Amino acid sequence: MMQVLIMASETVQAANYVPEIFPIIRNGLAVASMVIGLFFVLAGTLGVLRLPDFFTRLHAAGMTDTLGAELILLGLIIQEGFTQLSLKFVFVSIILLLTSPTATHAVANAAYQAGLKPLLGDYKAPTTAEIAGDYAGDDDHHEGDHH
Amino acid sequence: MEQFMGYTTLGVAIFILISMAMMLGRLLVGPTLYDRLLAVNSFGTKTVLFLCVFCLVIDRPDGVDIALLYALMNFIATIAVLKFFRYRALDVSLLESHITDRDGAAK
Repeated sequence: MMQVLIMASETVQAANYVPEIFPIIRNGLAVASMVIGLFFVLAGTLGVLRLPDFFTRLHAAGMTDTLGAELILLGLIIQEGFTQLSLKFVFVSIILLLTSPTATHAVANAAYQAGLKPLLGDYKAPTTAEIAGDYAGDDDHHEGDHH
Repeated sequence: MEQFMGYTTLGVAIFILISMAMMLGRLLVGPTLYDRLLAVNSFGTKTVLFLCVFCLVIDRPDGVDIALLYALMNFIATIAVLKFFRYRALDVSLLESHITDRDGAAK
């Protein structure tokens, strides 16, 4: 009798089985947030490496680091759920949100007060001749050092 | 699903490490002091992110406390270095009378 009941309940459960959609949605949101944040972090790093001027580099680093860090931490929070670890992620997120723009502003203000001039005018990509000239100049310099 | 999330967090951690290594390039090359300082600040932010992600990868939640501490220390270090290279001393009070304009004259 008992076994029949258990089998019946299993059958009912199997009939009412729906795939667990909520973990898929949650993890999907977490992955999407983390990947977008990672895109911003990598773009900011590339901007800091490639842009021609200090203030443009500051723009790239300051904007994208704040947004990218917040998005990656948001992804971690979504993945964790309501736990103590998630609360710590919230604290890290708040501290980064307060300090990162402040530090960026402090660096920009210090550079401006020190008299660093921004590069003005239209951007012109360096020609291949200029790049080759730079390298040739370096080579000459090294040869001069050798002799 | 667990395994997939583990691989995802590991991939994010590896890409943050790559980003940190790229930021070291600006730290070494940077023509001015402020470029280097910007690179150090950004490197610190990425370190905080890496600690947060990596303590999920190795499943030890203690790392987040260190990340919290590092976020605070990174900000204070940036402000301290900026203040030192402005005044060449750390015991200058930031009162109004000490703030000078761009020509060095007191406001």
